[in-house]
Parts: sequence; C-alpha cells; structure tokens
Amino acid sequence: MSAPAASARYAARALAALSVDPIGLKGMVVQARVGPARTAFEAVLPRLPGPLRRIPPSVSDTQLFGGLNLAATLAENRPVRDPGLQQSAATIIVPMAERITPGLAARLSRILDDDSGHIMILLDEGADEDEAPPGALLDRLAFHVDLNDVPARGARFLLPAPADIADARGRLPQVAYHDDAAGKMTAIAARFGIDSLRAPLLALRTARALAALDHCDHVEEEHLREAAEMVFPSRARAFPAPDDPQTTDDPGTDGRTDDDESADPTTIPDEILVDAVAARLPHDLLEQNLRRERSRNRSGGNGAGARKIGNRRGRPLPSRPGKPDGRNRIDPVATLRVAAPWQRLRRRNDTAGRSVIIDPSDIRIRRFEERSDRLLIFAVDASGSSAAARLAEAKGAVELLLARAYAKRDQVALIAFRGQEANLLLPPTRSLVQGKRRLAALPGGGGTPLAAGLQAAASLMQVSRRQGMHPMLALLTDARANIGLDGTPGRAAAWSEARTLAGQIHALGLASVVVDISVRPGHQAEQLATDLGGDYLALPRADARRISRAVDTALDG
Amino acid sequence: MTQPFPFSAIVGQEQMKLALILTAIDPGLGGVLVFGDRGTGKSTAVRALAALLPPITAVSDCPVNSESRGDCPDWAEITSDNLVKRPTPVVDLPLGVTEDRVSGALDIERALTRGEKAFEPGLLAAANRGYLYIDEVNLLEDHIVDLLLDVAQSGVNAVEREGLSIRHPARFVLIGSGNPEEGELRPQLLDRFGLSVDIATPDSIDDRIEVIRRRDAFETDTKAFMTRWRRADGRIRKKIMTARDTLHQTEAPDDILRDCAALSLALGTDGLRGELTLMRAARAYAAFKAAARIDRSHLRNIAAMALSHRLRRDPLDEAGSTTRVNRVVKDLLG
Repeated sequence: MSAPAASARYAARALAALSVDPIGLKGMVVQARVGPARTAFEAVLPRLPGPLRRIPPSVSDTQLFGGLNLAATLAENRPVRDPGLQQSAATIIVPMAERITPGLAARLSRILDDDSGHIMILLDEGADEDEAPPGALLDRLAFHVDLNDVPARGARFLLPAPADIADARGRLPQVAYHDDAAGKMTAIAARFGIDSLRAPLLALRTARALAALDHCDHVEEEHLREAAEMVFPSRARAFPAPDDPQTTDDPGTDGRTDDDESADPTTIPDEILVDAVAARLPHDLLEQNLRRERSRNRSGGNGAGARKIGNRRGRPLPSRPGKPDGRNRIDPVATLRVAAPWQRLRRRNDTAGRSVIIDPSDIRIRRFEERSDRLLIFAVDASGSSAAARLAEAKGAVELLLARAYAKRDQVALIAFRGQEANLLLPPTRSLVQGKRRLAALPGGGGTPLAAGLQAAASLMQVSRRQGMHPMLALLTDARANIGLDGTPGRAAAWSEARTLAGQIHALGLASVVVDISVRPGHQAEQLATDLGGDYLALPRADARRISRAVDTALDG
Repeated sequence: MTQPFPFSAIVGQEQMKLALILTAIDPGLGGVLVFGDRGTGKSTAVRALAALLPPITAVSDCPVNSESRGDCPDWAEITSDNLVKRPTPVVDLPLGVTEDRVSGALDIERALTRGEKAFEPGLLAAANRGYLYIDEVNLLEDHIVDLLLDVAQSGVNAVEREGLSIRHPARFVLIGSGNPEEGELRPQLLDRFGLSVDIATPDSIDDRIEVIRRRDAFETDTKAFMTRWRRADGRIRKKIMTARDTLHQTEAPDDILRDCAALSLALGTDGLRGELTLMRAARAYAAFKAAARIDRSHLRNIAAMALSHRLRRDPLDEAGSTTRVNRVVKDLLG
C-alpha cells in the first residue's frame, strides 16, 4: 500500500489536533467533491470526540437551539422541549457548506463561540472559486484542507490511537511555550496580510495540541512551524514582503514593513517559519482573494434577491414534509392528501373515535418561489457630444426593453444626464405608456456630467437593492466627461470623478454594461467599463433593436 | 455560562470601550452600534461590559426587574415586597428568534396543563432596565427589527395577541454589533443607535501580540487572569458610579450648545437627534472625566461616535465618515 498523500497527512494531523483540543480549535473546512478521498475522510470522522451529527444547510433553528416539540406536547399534555444541537458537545458535519447563508453562519458561529466543545467539519463542495463557505465560519475554524487533488491511492488518514489522544488531552494543560512564541505567530500572520487576530491564536493553540500529541511538555520550534503551515496558508491575503528595504515600493506592503522595523528583534518572524508557510501558499493566491472579495459583494446577505426560495409569496412550489415552526405555513390540502390512504388503518387502532387522524409526519409545508424583480437602469448620455441621432437610438432601445419587461418581470428606470446635472426621468416602472411619455420629453444637448449620472445611478441601485430588487446598470455614453459633480466645467476633474464613482459602483458589486455610442469608439468608455467591472460594447452604428439585444445578452450572462 | 473576558484587559479599541462606558453612565443615550471586521473583539467587549456593570435593585419575583412593587405590572401577580440585588441584565437576542420569544406570548405550559390564560414574558421583559445585545444586527429579520424599533422608541412593550392584552415597561440600551461586509443596516435602525463606532484590528504588531498573549493567558488559566484584572475592572466601575451621580450637575454652557449646533450643521446631519445625542454624550463624557462642565476637548473626543452614522453619504469622499467628522471638528473647534 502506498503512503498517504501530503494533504491527507495534513488532514489527519489536523483531525488529531482537533480531538485533543476541540474547544480551542473549533473545527476544519474540507474542500472535497464527492470521491474516494472524501469517502475515506468521512470514514475516520467517527473517531472524533462527541456524537456525530450531520446537518443540512437548511437546518431549522429548532434543530439547532432546541424548541417546543408540538406533537409530543399535545400528546403528553405538558410542554416537551426538543434539545437542540447546541446543548451537548458534538461533532457537527455540514455538507454543502458553500451553500450556508450568512444567517446560518451567524447562528453556527454563536454555537462555536459558546466554547462548549463542538467540533465543526464543513464539507465545501464548491465547484467554482466563487463558491465558498461564509467568512464568519472560515475565520473561526482552525484548519482548511483541500482534498480535491488527493489520488484514491493516497487517500488514507492515519490517526493516532485513542489511548494516545486521551494521553495528549491530559497533557495539554501543562504544555508550555516559550515567551516569544505568541509574538512570532502574530508577526507571521501580519507578514501574510492576515488581519483577524483569531489566526495567530488558533496557530498557537494548534502548536500546543501538536506538542501534546508528540508527548512533549514544551512547544518546540517544529511544532510552531507545523502549526503555522496548517493554519496560515488558507488565510493569507498577501505574499510575504521580502525583508530587503529596497523592495518595499509595493504600496500594499508598506505599512507592514514599517511595523516590522519598529518591533523589537524578538518579534521579527523567523525566516524559516515564513518560508514554510509561503511554500504552501496556492500560486494564484492574489487572484483568488480578488475573486473572493467580488463574490462576497455579490452574494452577501444584502437582500439583493439572493434568496430565491421564500415561503411567503410568488409562485407555489411543491409542498414538502416539515414541521410547523411558526414561520412556515402548513399546506392543508397536501397534508390531507398524504394522510388519506392511512385513515382506515389508523381508525382501526384509534380509541378516541376521531374521524380524521393526522400524524405529525403527514404535515406538509407550503413553499413559494420568491422571485426578485430585475431592475434595468438605463443611464443615458443626452449631451451634445452624443449626437442627437444616437439619443434617438437609445430611447428606442429603452422602449423595446420596456415592452419586454412586463413579460420578464423586469422593471426599467431611466436616468438622463446632460448640461449640469442628472435627472431620474423614469422611476423604476413596468409601465410602457408612462415610459414612452417620459422618454419623448427627453431633450438633448449641453455638457456631459458623467459623474452626476453615475452618482444618480448608484444611489438608485442601492435603494432598489434594499427593496429586494436586483439592479443592473446599462450606461449609454461616449464617456467624454466634461462637467464635474458640482456642475463646474473641467475635463480632467470630471473624468477622475467619474472614474472614482465607477470604482465605487464596482465595489458595491453591482452588475453593469457600458455601451459606447460615440461615432468613433474611444478608449475612455472602455476604461470606464473596466472601472465598473462590467462589459464594454462598442456599438457605433447599432440601431435600437441591436442595442436592446446586446444589453440583454450582456446582463444575462 | 462561560466567564466573560475582563473589560479592562481588552487591548486598544478605546473608542468602543468609551462608547460602552458612556451608555452605562447615561442609559438615555440610546445604545451603541459596533461595526467592525471579524476577530476584532466586538462580542468580547459587550459581554465584558455585563460583568463590569454595577448591580441593580429589583423586586425579587418581578419578570421586568421593577424597582418597587408599585412599578410591577398587574399581570405578574407579585405578592412579595422582597427586594434583591441582581446584576444588570444583559440579554442576548439570538438571530433566529421568533416574535413570540421577543415580545412574550401565551404561556403554553399553563394553557395546556391548567387551562389558564397567562402571559409568558419574553426577552424584552427580561431586558428592562438593562441591555439588549444583538450580534450580527445587520442579519436580523425585518419583522423583528420593526418590533424592536417600536419598543425602543416608546419604552413600552404592548402585546395584543391570542386573546392577551398586556403591556409592560421595556426600557433598555440597545447594543448592536455586526460586520459591514455582510450587509448594511437600514437608516431607520442606524438612527436609533445613539453612538456608533467602527473598529479595526490594531495596526501595531506589539498591540496584536499583547492581544494574543492576554487571550491565551485567559483561556489557559481563567481564574488567575480574572484575579489579575479584577482591580482594574473595579476602578472603571467606581468611575461609572461616580459619573452617574454627578451627571445631572454637569453643566452644558451656551457656547458648547452653539458648537454642537454648528457641528451638526456643518456635517449636514439629518434631524436634531444628532445634536441632542452629541450634547448628552459630551455630558456623560465630562462626568466620566470628573469635570464640572463640558468643554471643547470633551466634544472633540466624542463627536465622531455621536455623529458619524448620521451623515449622508458623500460618494466622492473615500475617507470613512469618522474621518469626515474629525476633519470638520478640527475646522470648527480648532
């Protein structure tokens, strides 16, 4: 039999450390799609302390925190409470961890913060880099292991014997470490751009658990190194800055380098330790972090139509078995339908002589699909530089999209900017008549207050997002900004203001597309699209039909 | 219940600690909002505050911690005049909480077993005269937020459901914490918080190391650590008590009121609530510093936490709102 793969060795070591100090280390995130490696990993989980519990990402609060058991309460005529997962220490396995909502993450974090000895194993099956468990949990759990590249042959997880773990647990309180260990760990974390102070703390506790496992009463250098290797790489936000002062011109690392110099010599991290962590960093670290920042904005708990299945409104979905927990609604017809076939059988054993007998397991819960409206915001440049003819095309495109909006449940809003300011010509609407009337009244000519247009769009997007809509921006302009936010002319200032605002819209995670409508497409509009993080379409000669189709495709993708 | 980390042992985060102390001195300030990244010690500080606060005197059986028997609500059927000292209530409002649990509801146990219609008080009753803490306040569900806003405003919790008609006092200091990355707060809720602080991980390596050392010492030997910090906690508690007594004698001179108005005007804060909070916070701070009257140095220190969350957003100003407030304060007050 072949030796276990490197990541499998790390995973096994992490599991061993977790069994020794569950309160301090909290758990681990395992990135693994279904496969032999994951199967082998899950097979060793029962060896962790505490009973094994598996919870789906849709777990209810009653299951987590306990609550009244309605069925038993009614049957026994006294309140019967179900204990929640929180009550007793357990190993909690969460499959499909990438689907945990921020709300559930906050609840799970609360359970972890109680320090009652829960171990949490998140099985992250994210297919894209965009999919990841919520940061609140990633920050609290000590370890992060990627088993995706482990071949079937290497998927072996060797844990220490139970007696050894029990011995290590007993030894743990006595394990001491050298005074500067805390400083070392903190300094390394800072070198890798890790802001959360939980990281060095977790690393320190890991080192201690490892020392206990190795029958040492003192944390040695190698334990610190191993702990740093296990805890830091997945959290790193930057490659360590080289110590050479000449190479500190990278703006992102300036602050840290200053700190390193001002700190006393004992806190300068050991180069060996830094190198050990650096060796385990993923090579596309910075890209990954960038993606993570973006996806966080897109799918965070901002009420932006992220929640698609609710239980209040929208199109009905098939009912599902469930318990009434005060927030969902019972579907009486479906419940009766499930109970119907059993009535004769149940009546035979029923002493109370009831006519309809419904068991708790019959109860069906009503579900609805909650669709959030898409709001398409057109910000149209009506200045003199966008020739009047182009404006007509833009108007035509808006009308076409509006006509389709009713069928697609889209809403459309129109902002026009010309002269000194931007105006919301058409507040979010689905009404075709109203839209056409307002559009016809849109005059052209004057300067290009691009920044004002972007500002108006950004504020409308934020308001509509708070109302649960899903806003998208289609900016039709030639990007030749020449009027600033305060209405004063000046090309350079106006352009830099517009770029700043575009950057902010990007930072808010709002989808956008720039349609360059000037006769000779220039690089300015393209630059603006980059700042917005959106697509760029140069459509110098497009008619209304083509613009509307292009916008539709760009935003749908 | 796990032992909370001692308040005085929290490294740095002076603004957050000060804001919490000010609400302890003047509960009328209207709560604190703490916004910051993960792992910056938000929850730690709030839970530490609970241990720091002086105890209150309350009727022993009263579900809403009334001060005297006359204040107890009728439905509680209090029979004894027994007064007890109990720690200031700090009630946690968990995220998944139901409306029943917050406002109180029909007592199911009594309804089932004895067939009586009785009221089971909820979290709002338990938080009366104390603190209500909401972690991850930006993830709280909207209908609970609406309920809280209404009660925080009126100081009375009214329950009209299941044939019950109950009211009881619910005056509490609302403390919210959250991570801005996970969603923003509705402006209506923002405005209800008197003070707001943004916190970040300490910049200096030495501070960070100190945080790690203390946390680790706390976790490895809690008892010894608590003994070491008990004196410091006691000193803060004593200062809070003294400040509470002198709060009403602390003068607010006319030129300070003028400064408050000028600050709010220059920053363009909406409504007069900002000015009022600014003045009250300055008074509490002056009392905490054992000063007889408010002066400009007090205003300077608390302006940011009283005003920063009331500003309208300026899209071109990349500096945070705290920086903007401080800039205006510097311009106006020197």
